[in-house]
Amino acid sequence: MREKLEELQVEALQKVDDASDAKELQDVRVAYLGKKGPITEVLRGMGKLSKEERPVIGELANKVREKIAQAIEQKKTVFEAQEIEKKLAEETIDVTLPGRPAPSGGPHLLTSIVEEIEDIFIGMGFEVREGPEVETDYYNFEALNLPKGHPARDMQDSFYITEELLLRTHTSPVQARTMNAIGGNKPVKMICPGKVYRRDTDDATHSHQFTQIEGLYVDKNVRMSDLKGVLDRFAKKVFGEDREIRLRPSYFPFTEPSVEMDISCKVCHGEGCNVCKQTGWIEILGGGMVHPRVLEMAGYDPKVYSGFAFGMGPERIAMLKYGVNDIRHFYTNDVRFLNQYHKA
Amino acid sequence: MLVSLNWLKQYVDIDGISPEELAEKITKSGIEVDGMERFASPSTNVVVGYVESCEKHPDADKLNVCQVNTGEETLQIICGAPNVKQGQKVAVAKPGAVLPGNFKIKKVKLRGIESNGMICSLQELGIDEKYVPKESADGIYVFHADAEIGADVTPLLNLDDYILELDLTPNRSDALSMLGMAYEVAAILDVPVKLPEPSYEETVEKATDLISVKVEAKEENPYYAAFVIKNVTIGPSPLWMRNYLMASGIRPINNVVDITNYVLLEYGQPLHAFDLDKFSSDEVVVRKAKENETLVTLDGQERKLNTEHLVITDGKDPVALAGVMGGQSTEVSEETTNVLLEAAYFEGQIVRRASKEFDLRSESSTRFEKGVDPNRVRLAGERACQLLSEYANGSVLAGNAEFDQLDKTEKTVTIETSRINNRLGTEISEEEIIDILRKLQFNYEKTDGEIIVHAPTRRQDIRIFEDMVEEVARIYGYDHLPYTLPTGEGNAGGLTKEQELKRYVKRFLEGAGLSETVTYSLTSEARSEQLISPDVKNVAVSKVKLAMPMSEDHGVLRLSLLPEMLDSASYNIARKQTNIAMYEIGSVFISNEEKVTKQPKENLRLSGVLTGEWVTHPWQQEKKKVDFFVVKGILDELFERLNVNVTYTATKIENMHPGRTAELSINNKVIGFAGQLHPLLEKEYDLNETYVFDIDYDYLVDIHENEPSFSDIPRYPGITRDIALVVEHTIQSGDIQRVIQNAGGDILQSIRVFDVYQGEHLEETKKSMAFSLFYQDPEHTLTDKEVEESYERILEAVKNEFNAELRS
Repeated sequence: MREKLEELQVEALQKVDDASDAKELQDVRVAYLGKKGPITEVLRGMGKLSKEERPVIGELANKVREKIAQAIEQKKTVFEAQEIEKKLAEETIDVTLPGRPAPSGGPHLLTSIVEEIEDIFIGMGFEVREGPEVETDYYNFEALNLPKGHPARDMQDSFYITEELLLRTHTSPVQARTMNAIGGNKPVKMICPGKVYRRDTDDATHSHQFTQIEGLYVDKNVRMSDLKGVLDRFAKKVFGEDREIRLRPSYFPFTEPSVEMDISCKVCHGEGCNVCKQTGWIEILGGGMVHPRVLEMAGYDPKVYSGFAFGMGPERIAMLKYGVNDIRHFYTNDVRFLNQYHKA
Repeated sequence: MLVSLNWLKQYVDIDGISPEELAEKITKSGIEVDGMERFASPSTNVVVGYVESCEKHPDADKLNVCQVNTGEETLQIICGAPNVKQGQKVAVAKPGAVLPGNFKIKKVKLRGIESNGMICSLQELGIDEKYVPKESADGIYVFHADAEIGADVTPLLNLDDYILELDLTPNRSDALSMLGMAYEVAAILDVPVKLPEPSYEETVEKATDLISVKVEAKEENPYYAAFVIKNVTIGPSPLWMRNYLMASGIRPINNVVDITNYVLLEYGQPLHAFDLDKFSSDEVVVRKAKENETLVTLDGQERKLNTEHLVITDGKDPVALAGVMGGQSTEVSEETTNVLLEAAYFEGQIVRRASKEFDLRSESSTRFEKGVDPNRVRLAGERACQLLSEYANGSVLAGNAEFDQLDKTEKTVTIETSRINNRLGTEISEEEIIDILRKLQFNYEKTDGEIIVHAPTRRQDIRIFEDMVEEVARIYGYDHLPYTLPTGEGNAGGLTKEQELKRYVKRFLEGAGLSETVTYSLTSEARSEQLISPDVKNVAVSKVKLAMPMSEDHGVLRLSLLPEMLDSASYNIARKQTNIAMYEIGSVFISNEEKVTKQPKENLRLSGVLTGEWVTHPWQQEKKKVDFFVVKGILDELFERLNVNVTYTATKIENMHPGRTAELSINNKVIGFAGQLHPLLEKEYDLNETYVFDIDYDYLVDIHENEPSFSDIPRYPGITRDIALVVEHTIQSGDIQRVIQNAGGDILQSIRVFDVYQGEHLEETKKSMAFSLFYQDPEHTLTDKEVEESYERILEAVKNEFNAELRS
């Protein structure tokens, strides 16, 4: 009996080894471990054995059965792994095919640049204020030291609706409104972005509608050097730390002294090239110290308070920063233009 | 303003500095030099030659063979100019000369005869044709007989001059004159100014013997002086004067006209010369014009006047529109012998009004508008008298007839060193400030701690302390200001909740696949009528229109963003960019008045335009066109995020598809609409199937609740039950859902439509709609019984309400 069992084990293990697929393996299982298999047969014939032999042979038979089962199990795992591999091989895809496009919207370039500028000034403690696009003559001009008939009104040819109402020509009225609202006894530190309108024929550098961001800081002891420092921070943040600014005297009715700010040319860094028309500098914005009349009209005592103000055109900033060559691009909404600025 | 550097050199020494450097310094001190150009181009080997003989070319009708003495040699030159003659002194470009345009002069043979150079016109020497005097325009230039033979023409004709083009700000009217620029440059370079000193012989006869001046409009004309110059000889003005006029952009005409223009440029004071003999009285009367009075101005136009205009009259009729233009009847001509010269101060406002009204902006009106120097008015008249006596052989009558109520005092401004430094953030010493005043040639008095500055009358812009801060700063140099950051208490800065929300909404829409656009607020009359949301239409009484639009396309403020956005969509589609998904947040302008007098309400709208394919992934056969539900899906997610509950109701709106448009409302308040454009409007804009939406953004922001509060994550499992109902096909799913929700009870958490079917196996007018119902109770695990009861209630409710049956 013992020999028989050992022979069976060798024979069965050999067959497991020889099995070349899951089905053959199953056949081996049925053949050796099945109810009609030889081991079962041995166990059935145990009755003929002596009392002493019975447990010994029984144990041996179980061991043999276990060993075969184990071998089958092991072989089965191998076949399963092969099976999976084969299946996965069949599932192979072409990873170079295009993906399913994700939604691809994005902000308008003007929004991006305005938000960028807002964030720079927010970082320096400024608030963002907004105001109406249809303004009164008072807030658009008179409160800014531009009485009726002032020659400087020509600098900003306007779209009037009635004699007293017009489309604002700058966002400065928001400054006057804010100062009035705050009431002459607290500091004002704000920027005001928004749409403005002037009687210009649309061409590559003019647009009857454009955007402005103006800034205002009124407090006790505001100095012109503060304006220079703040604008320098702004210019370096927007255009790069390697850029320099230059202030030139200028004229605006609402500031005195007034400045025009240039930034060093990014191409030649002040040497002079075609981009900057050989001057080395590119004009960016205007500003100055708030005119005492403006402070007075807004309820601030110019003997106690002083302030600076500045204004810039985000279109111009964007044109310089990204090399946009025609201001009309901002309003045509050509998706081939818009999409260029959806990137990080 | 064009500034000739050669002319400027007559008043101030600029020899040690290059034109580029000077331009840069002027710009940095406050007057922007917009451009710098050469007046012509200096030529070598171009000299004055004497035409000794001039004979017809034997083989060419239009050519002459000239023998020209150039001092060193006599050259044979062939000349084609019609005006060349024996005995002339002309500009000769000798072989080797290089003329503008790199035109090299060589010895050549013309029709067999040698030509050793060229006799030049002014244009050939590089002078712009528009400044060339008429008599020289069509041929060679002829010098005055006393020109020296062999002399270099470059200095004679001012060919080496540089011209600065100034971009003047309105406050710097002082720089509208050569003298003003001389003071400016003198202050910048710290050099003295040489002023002209008008002096001339006067006749015994007095101007007042011939003429008197009466001013009625004293406020508008506080100063008027009439000089009389007799026996003038009209002819060309001297070459140097013509050179400077041409360099300043003015074409020379004759000596009298040129002299008034020259003094205008030199002193910044406009003058006017009348032909005294055409003056029909011995009285100059300055007054406001009468209603409907007329004047034929120098340009031949008849001007209809009114009481807002200031006129010079002969006591009866207007002879000039003050400060703007003279009249034709008293114009100086070739025959003029006696001149009445006006030097006056006219108020800016009245000149501005007339020049604007008649569109007659001139060198003269510009200066009056900005304010001339009260102390230079008479002086300029005297300077002109001097020049008329020297260069037009005139006899100047003694004195002048004058009216004078002009304030010629200098304004004073008190400054303190500390206050200036506080304002600038600098540490400039008092000595430095005083040195700056010296450079500017401002008089001052020093008292205890204060400096009282006397602003010269040429500087009308210096009135208050801040003006002096600027003067000090600009001469000190803006470059020398330090960089500081504000030291005040300031505030935290930042965006308001609303501003943050706007950024959030924009980012959401962009993430959902929409591109932001920015369109014009001004639109056309026709477009302003289109696609106005019902909530806007209900309150907009009239449209806000420009009084004087520049074009029909941009004359009316919009009541909807959509028409201009559709225009952008159409623009893209015409360029083969056919898949469009765009949004914009912008204002519409709502007036509640019949006739606009007050600021309109500016209502921010959120609008969108979608057309073309929404999903395109061809190789996987995925392709989906934009439809109503794409739009609705985006909006619903937005509303969900803003925590607002929006109801869609089918509606009809002009220009919208009658079956595919919904009105959007929150608690019965209409907030906008969404849907497909009417195919006819799609056609008008050259669009295919296009969906739009327009929502009252302000209202959304108003009612949105800011801070989401925490709600516990449910711990007990939920149960899903499906229900498929058969109803009449006209029944809307929204209505069924409302009924289901009401009947379902609190444990019914959500309802989702998962199938809509119409067709085979159903009666023709019926449709089936299947809903997935999700039940959950936060407090316990639901029992089958609870769900079953709810389900039964729902069934009963839809049966009653819609006659719905369970689909078997």
